[in-house]
Order: sequence, then structure tokens, then C-alpha cells
Amino acid sequence: MLDPRSDDARRVEGLWWVLFWISCAVVAVVTGFLLAAVRRRRAELHSEDDIDEDDIDRRPVPWGDRFVVIAGAAIPGGILAGSFAFSLVVLNDMGSVDDRPLEVEVVGHTWWWEVRYPNGAVTANEIRIPVGETVQLALPTADVIHSFWVPELQVKKDHIPGADNQLSVVADHAGRFRGQCAEFCGLQHAHMEILVVAMPADEFDDWVEREAEPAAEPQGAAAEDGRRIFERASCAGCHTIRGTSAEGTLGPDLTHLADRETLGAGVVRLTPESLAAFITDPQDDKPGVSMPPTELTPDQVDAVVAYLTELE
Amino acid sequence: MTTTAAPEAAATTISTVERLDAVWAEPPGLGSWLGTVDHKRIGLRYIYTGMAFFVAGGIESLLIRTQLAGPDLDVIGPEAFNQLFSMHGITMMFLFAMPVFSGFGNYFVPLMVGARDMAFPRLNAFGYWVLLASGFFLYSSFLVGRAPNAGWFNYVPLSGEAFTPAINIDYYAVGLIFLGISSTGGAINFIVTILKLRAPGMIVSRIPIFVWGELAMSLQIVFALPALTLVSVLLLLDRKFDFHFFDADAGGDPLLWQHLFWVFGHPEVYIVALPGFGIASAIIPTWVRRPIVGYTYIVIGELSVALIGFGVWVHHMFAVGLPNITLGFISLASFMVAIPSSIQVFAWLATLVAGRPVLRTPLLFVLGFIFIFVIGGVTGVMFAAIPFDQGVHDSYFVVAHLHYVLVGSAVFPIFAAIYHWGPKITGRLLDDRLGKVSFWLMFVGFNLAFFPQHLLGLFGMPRRVYTYDSDLGWGGYNMASTIGAFMLALGILVTIVNWFRSRSRGAPAGNDPWRGETLEWYASSPPAHYNFVTIPTVRGREPMWDQPELAEGVQPPEDGGRPLTDGHVTLSTSMLDARPQAIVHMPHASVWPFLLAVALLVLAFAVLLDNWALTVAALVASVGGLIGWYWPRGQTQET
Amino acid sequence: MEVTTTHEALLGETGIPGELLPQRYDGPRAFGWWGMVWLIGTEATLFALLIASYFYLRFRNGPIWPPDGIATPDLALPLIMTAILWSSSIPVHMAHTGIRAGNVTRLKVGLAAGFVLGATFLVMTLGVEWPEKLDEFGPTTNAYGSLFYTLTGFHGAHVLAGLMLSLWTQVRAWQGAFDESRHLTVQNFTMYWHFVDVVWAFVLATIYLTPHL
Repeated sequence: MLDPRSDDARRVEGLWWVLFWISCAVVAVVTGFLLAAVRRRRAELHSEDDIDEDDIDRRPVPWGDRFVVIAGAAIPGGILAGSFAFSLVVLNDMGSVDDRPLEVEVVGHTWWWEVRYPNGAVTANEIRIPVGETVQLALPTADVIHSFWVPELQVKKDHIPGADNQLSVVADHAGRFRGQCAEFCGLQHAHMEILVVAMPADEFDDWVEREAEPAAEPQGAAAEDGRRIFERASCAGCHTIRGTSAEGTLGPDLTHLADRETLGAGVVRLTPESLAAFITDPQDDKPGVSMPPTELTPDQVDAVVAYLTELE
Repeated sequence: MTTTAAPEAAATTISTVERLDAVWAEPPGLGSWLGTVDHKRIGLRYIYTGMAFFVAGGIESLLIRTQLAGPDLDVIGPEAFNQLFSMHGITMMFLFAMPVFSGFGNYFVPLMVGARDMAFPRLNAFGYWVLLASGFFLYSSFLVGRAPNAGWFNYVPLSGEAFTPAINIDYYAVGLIFLGISSTGGAINFIVTILKLRAPGMIVSRIPIFVWGELAMSLQIVFALPALTLVSVLLLLDRKFDFHFFDADAGGDPLLWQHLFWVFGHPEVYIVALPGFGIASAIIPTWVRRPIVGYTYIVIGELSVALIGFGVWVHHMFAVGLPNITLGFISLASFMVAIPSSIQVFAWLATLVAGRPVLRTPLLFVLGFIFIFVIGGVTGVMFAAIPFDQGVHDSYFVVAHLHYVLVGSAVFPIFAAIYHWGPKITGRLLDDRLGKVSFWLMFVGFNLAFFPQHLLGLFGMPRRVYTYDSDLGWGGYNMASTIGAFMLALGILVTIVNWFRSRSRGAPAGNDPWRGETLEWYASSPPAHYNFVTIPTVRGREPMWDQPELAEGVQPPEDGGRPLTDGHVTLSTSMLDARPQAIVHMPHASVWPFLLAVALLVLAFAVLLDNWALTVAALVASVGGLIGWYWPRGQTQET
Repeated sequence: MEVTTTHEALLGETGIPGELLPQRYDGPRAFGWWGMVWLIGTEATLFALLIASYFYLRFRNGPIWPPDGIATPDLALPLIMTAILWSSSIPVHMAHTGIRAGNVTRLKVGLAAGFVLGATFLVMTLGVEWPEKLDEFGPTTNAYGSLFYTLTGFHGAHVLAGLMLSLWTQVRAWQGAFDESRHLTVQNFTMYWHFVDVVWAFVLATIYLTPHL
């Protein structure tokens, strides 16, 4: 929240600082009264004799009721009403008005994000968007409630079964923006990272066109081996690589896997070594994930890795 | 018990005491231990049991904080972590805060209103046994490694059959239904006691604020618990019998869970805060040596929070996609609910500044409460602002806020009560120096533990995560938080040690060590079984300060004191102006509340394990228990 | 002091010279009365929330209600059942006024008649209405089914509890426990039974009447 990279995020940050300073003032006033009371304390604190029935002060406090009403109700009431009104203004300003936003579908899964573009491009966990343009995210879920939260860009919104939630996002300059699922969704809720990558519009257009294309043909024997193994082993039962016979939909689309920075929704950085380890036993990196340890031999894993690391 | 009256009156007092003792003493033995209906014994059991669960919940939190002390640690795995944070929340809300406040209420409401017991003594005993049984039930889930693991608010679909088929969630639902019986029975008991059992002359404007706080809490319980009971039943029906309340594919809606849960859940946070406010209002006058300022406003404040608290539940759902117009109304109500709390804070501040504070441990904990609660309160107001809430919802900013308000308004007042009322309960003073050590460890430890969490939330750390990455820069704040948590735990330990030491080695307290203003100081320390030799007639808001005959000993009948020695009786009075109306015969000890609680425990396990034959048998046994309970034994006049 | 059933024990001494207070009473002076009132309060809240859930899911489901081809509920059987249930309140009321006047016979007859009518209602729910509905949909068919059976089932469970309370009251009546100055159980049972009737009005309106609107 303190590092806004979009207009909406800046609006929320501004609201935060207003509320923060008002709160500081309130806490300061209350602390001031507490300290004033402490200063009035009885000097002798050490014996039973302090507490003496003749010492009860029964005098009325003439300013008491007025103080309680003004300091306790009227002034706070005014501040609260003003804060409410201001918050409504900010709320009203949020969300872009754009005639033809780019519509991207982000489907929440346990524990990864499926990302679908209008031209048929499908990827996972990384969402590339054009700088400066409104992107309208649709937020369905495949299973339980998730919450899409990229603090630098936007407030969060939940993925609710049966609901049709939408969230608009505009990045005002290029960069990488990290987010995380914000609704407890089970064992690996902690490892459901989102990466939003904002790129100049023309670069984005090139990228999304490439991303919609089927997978590159394998270069070299190892990669060819790898593809064959992939298609015939259990991999294809859960994963899709467009252009091959692998059409599983339980796990992420891997057509352009090598284009991504991380594996397992951010649990490890994507390198050939980490990919091999992840395939061998994903439960090591992300215990509880649906992907089981592999039945492939280490050589077979290497071949698959050789193939997958070519899929940009 | 001292008296300065003439020998004739003294002799009368002694014979009164003998007659009361004969009628009210509970003979020692297993029957009395299982069947006691003495509100003081029951209240103390609630306090001990609640504090034991506090320690359990604290251990859970220390395990959580250890795992989160640094990035990518492997102290606790995700499944255990999820069970720990879920049980931490459930334990602290349901097995610590509510029972301990019920315990202090049970012990002190009858004393403060000048009665000899609660309105329904056997229901009181039953409420305790059910609490113990449901706590046992819930914690038995750890023994089989199946503690609830979807958070204390347990959202569907994650908590549905499809995603969590194992009995973790059934433990949750059955356990909370079971607990609700205890809370609801207790609440009804408080309401009737406070309305009908007050001493003559204790008109509405003379009711101690702690008693108002327990009344406000109880009214909320009566109307909020049904939402939790209902939603738990609906979840069990979905899970066990394939009903479709929460199933979006069959016409149901996961949001129905959230609405029903939070209709309970938001009042619940006031249920565990309002008694704490009441304790502050009880302790401050005694320890600043003057009556409270703004009594009427405080009472209106307590009741208003209780009422408005039912209208803001949707602020827990600002990110689910509801229309802005709906959110706007809830936002307004959420801003406004701060006002009645703010009124109370400024009334306390006025009293503190107008009085001469005596900075002993009870008042220190109250000052700490005010400071911590106000910080929690201002962050709470921030959450009323919709865009800000949507930014930090489900992040560590919420965790920081909720601990500031809950530890502030429940834990610190409870510790204040331990030091203020402990001597009344045990007859011994606690060590004030140890008390101050405990306070400072808890105060510094708490702020160190939870202040950094505001920053973590602003930096983007979600809640309920069992670990986090090392390159996010969150490690330092988490480590500070963990250190603070251990310091807080140490401070708590100091008070626990202090309590047990004082039981054997503390200085004798006498009836009224602090020269307090309300009627609990009229009784001895600890109070006799029958509480008061005579039920007093009250003529002011601070009877022990206003009426010297109370402070000096026993209020004689010519001043309005009623011995009521003819049987196991107390006095009932009219609701508003506390005119004596009737003599009430109270039930004696009975094991049926215990037996019924056992039958319900069996029923709970039967439902948990889908054993329908045992369920029917346990239901039959429960009906039998009720019949045994109500079977007349000639001692009460009501049938 | 042993408490007897004669009128001499009605008043007791408080210890203030000359002050006598009653020891027999019912209505708002009796704690047990308040206990029943607040119990009814919690149960009423439960039903209110369940009915609110019904309307919540109904409006989330859109204009077609009942959904999925389920027929709008027929009114004939429910209205008959309503007549039976509501008419049971008459003998129950007469039982209460009877014992207030000291008439134990009217108490017994009224309770028994109320029991028979209430039991008939329950038997019709479980034996006629539900089997008829189960031909068309069950609680596991969809959310509507879940709501229908849960709402009627909760109410039926409360009728069953009322019947058991009636039996208890009747047993106590036959034991001679009640007279014109002590009959709190009868009063509490009567309150509870009328409450169950009132709840039925809301259940009837919600499930059977509103779909026709």
C-alpha cells in the first residue's frame, strides 16, 4: 500500500495517510489525558494507609458531562462523519472508466492462477499487461474462495464460486508487481504468488500474439525425447501444451513455461535445476500440492526439462 | 465480620449467621463437587478453566510466532500450522474470553446486585459443565491430529465436504453448537438475575456498570449465538447429508456462510469487549477515589455498542463483490459504532483526571487497556473506510488491529480484575510488585508483538500464511513480533505465579482492602456461602461509600437489611425500581446438570462420528437427564 | 422450611418486622417464566435467520422459484395442517385458564386434546406431506429442497419438543402438582406452544404463500 504504482493505489495510499494522521492525533490526545491523570497520582504509594475511606472525593465534576459529550461524542462524530464522506469520495473515484478495456480472465485454483487472454493465450501465475491501459480482470474460481491482491496496483477482490467478480487494473509505468492470494485457501495458501508484469503496449501486443501460438517445436534429440515422454507419461493427464497431444486441465498450461520467472506460483525461481527438482518431487517444494512425485527416471526428467526449458 | 452494635443485636447477628450457614453450606464430598450450584464456586471454575485454555491458546500462538520468526522456516509444517492458527482463534474467543468473563460475572454479579445467587443456579452449573465438556471435545481433535484447520471463521467451500472431507470441520461445527448451549444458558441466567434479583433500592440508575456490561454482553449472546448455531447446523447438513445451502452449483451460495457467520461474528467481538469495559468502569472509581464521571453516558454507550454492533457485519465482507451502495450503508454504521465506545473512553479519562489515581497493579492494567484499546479502535475506524479496507483486508494489518482491540479490551481488563478482585475471591492480597513486573512485561511485550504487524500488512503480508519469502524484507518485523510474543507470555506467567503464591503466602485481605464502592466489598473475603448476612437496602450508586452501616458491618433490619433466614431463599424485586416482590426458594445442589452435560458430550461425539444409533441413545439419555433435573424433590415452590 | 401446597405458606417473612412477601406466584414474578421467555427469544431468532436465509437464496436464484422445474407448493394440505395446529392452541389455552381457576379436570382434558391435535400435525408432516414432496424433490436435490426440508423440519422438531413438554406437564397434572396458585409449568408450556404456532405462521407464509406472489 505504501508503494503505489497506479492511480487507484495512490488514492488508497492518500486515504491511508489522512486516516493515519487523524488517528495519531486521537491517540496523542488520549495519551495526553492518561499522562495528566498519572501526574495527579498520590505521592505515597507504599502503605495500606493510602487507601482511606475518608479520602473519597464526592464532589460533583461540573465539566464532566459536557466533556464526555463534546470530547467523546460530538468531536469524534464530526471527525468520523468527515472521514466517512472522504472515504466515499475516494471509493467513487476508484476503478477506471474505459470503453474497451482489455479483458483478462484470472481463474483461482488451489494453489495457482490460470490466466486467459481474449486471443486464446493461456498462461499461469504471471499476468502481463500493457502499460497505461485499463485491464479488466474477471475473477472466477475453480474451487474455493481465493483473493486477488497486488498491493502496488489495486485493492483486492475475492474469487467467489457462483459470483462474477471483476477488478480493473491500470499500471502507469512498466515494471514487475508482486501479489499474493489473500483469502485462506488451504495448505499452500502461503505459496500462491501473483506476478503482474506491465510492458509497453507494442511489446505487450507482440507478447500476447506469441503466447497464443502453440508450443515451439523441440530442438535437438533431448528435447524431442522430452516431448515424447511428456505426452505419454502422466504429465499430459494434468497439463496442456498447445500443439501437442497433452491436453490436461488440472494443472497450469505449460505451452510457454520458459517465459515465466517462477515455478509453483512463486515457490521457486525457474531454472533447469529447480524444474528438475520440482518434477522429481513437487512435495518437497510445496507439500500438499496436487502434483505427485514423478514416476520418471532421472534421465527422463532431464529430457523433459530440456524440452520444457525451450518453450518460450 | 465486625459489628459495633449492642450485644443484643450481636447475638441476633450470630444466630442469623448460624441459621444461614445451616441452610446454605454445601456438605463436602463428591456429590457437592459434582452438584454445586453456588455461583462463587461455579464462577471460579469458569475462571480457572478459561485461564487454562488461555495458556493453551498462548502456546498455540507461540508455536505460530516461532514458525514465522524468520522466512522459510521449517519448524511447523502447513497442516499443523493451519490447525494451530484455527484453534488459537477458537480457543481465545470461545474457551478463554467468554468463559472468563462469565466467570467474573458469575462470581460478582450476584454480589454486586446484593443477591444470594444467580436466578437459575442449576442452569449455572450446567453451563460450566457444558463449557468443560465442549472444550474437552474440541481439544480431543488434537489427539487424533484433526483439529479444525480452516480458520476460526471457517469459510466454505474450503470447509465443505469436497475440500476438507476429514472430521476437522465436523469437530468445529459440532463443538461450536455444543459451546453455544453453555453461552446461551449463561446469558439468560445473567439477564434474569440482573433484572429480577437486585437488592431493594437498586433502581436502574444505581446498577454498577460492570453489571450493565454483563447485561449488554448477555443480550448480545441471546440474539447472536443463534446465527452461529444455525450456520453450523447448515454446514453439518451440507457435509454429512449432501444438502446444498452453500453449493453454488445447486442454487446455494458460499456467501450465505459469510453472512450468517458474521451476523454472529461481529456481535461476538463486542461480547468479548463489553465486559472488559465494564471491568474498567468498576475498577477506576475505586482506584481514583471518586465516583465515575458520566455514568448515564457510559451505560447508554454499553447498550448502544451492543445494539449497533448487530448492524455492521458486512464490513467483514467488503472484498467479496457486493454493490457499493450496500457497502456504503455498512461503512457509515461502522464509523458510527465508534462513538459509543469513544464516549466511554472519555468518561474514563474524565474520571481519571478528576480523581487522585493510586497507581497499583489493577489501575495500571486499566490504563494499559485504555491505551491499547484506543489504538485498536482507531485502526478499526480505518477499516470502516471501504477503499482502505479493501486494501488491507486479510492482511497482517487486520491481525494487528484485532489483537489490539481484543487483547486490549479482554486480556488487560481480565488481568486488572485478577488483581482487583483476586483478594475478594481468595481472601489474600497478591504481590503488587510482581503485579507491576507482570504489567510492564505484558504491555511492552504486547506492543512489540503486534505493532510491527501493522507495517507488515501495509507491506503486503497476507494473514494465515505459514511462511514467507526471504527477499520480501518481512523477516525483521516478524522477528520483532516473535520476541514481543514471548515477552508477553513471560508477563502472563508472572501473574500466574503471583496468583498461586498469594493463595498460600499472600497477606490477608479483609472484607474491603481497597475501600471499594460496590456491594461485593460488603461480603467477606471470600464471601460466605450465603454472601450477605442481610440482603441490604441500597440508597445510592456507591453504597459502600454512601451507607456507613454497610461499611461497618451488617445492615440491621431497621436500616433495611433483610436476613431472610427461613429456608434456602433470596429476594426478587421489580425490574426498574427494585421494590421487593417475592421470596424465591433456590434449588439445592444437584448432579443432574453434570449428568445432562455428559449425555450431551456423548451426543456430540456420536454426531461427529456419524454414529446414528448412539445419537438416538444420547438424545434419549438427554431427555432422561432433563426429566431427572426437573423431577420435583419438594424443595422449590415452583412447578 | 418445608414448602407445602397450602395457602398458609403463600406469604413469608423477610426479617424486617411486619414485612411479608409472597412465595407463590407465576407470570413475570417467576424466574422460570423469564427463562421460557428468553428461550423463546433465542429460538425465534433462529427461525428468523433461517427464514432470512430462505429469502436470501431465493433472491440470489433469480425469478424462477422454486427452481429446476419444481412445482409451486400446493396449498390445500398445508392449510389443513395449519387448521389442525392452530386449533390445538384452543384446548391448550383452556387448560391454562382452567388451572388458573383451580379446575384440574379442564387442565387434563385440555392438555390431552392439544397433544392429540399437535401429534396429528406432526404425523401429517412426516407421514403425508413429506412423502408427497419427496416424490418430486428431496433435501439433496438443490438448495430449494435443502431449505424446504430444513425449515419444515426445524419447525417439526420444535413441535416434537412441545409434545414432550406436554407429556411432562400432563404427568405432573395427574400427580396433582398444580392448583390455582402453582402452575408455572402449565404457563410455560402454554407460552411455548403458542410460540410454535406463531412460528408456523411465518413458515407457512414463507414456503407456501410467497411463491404464489
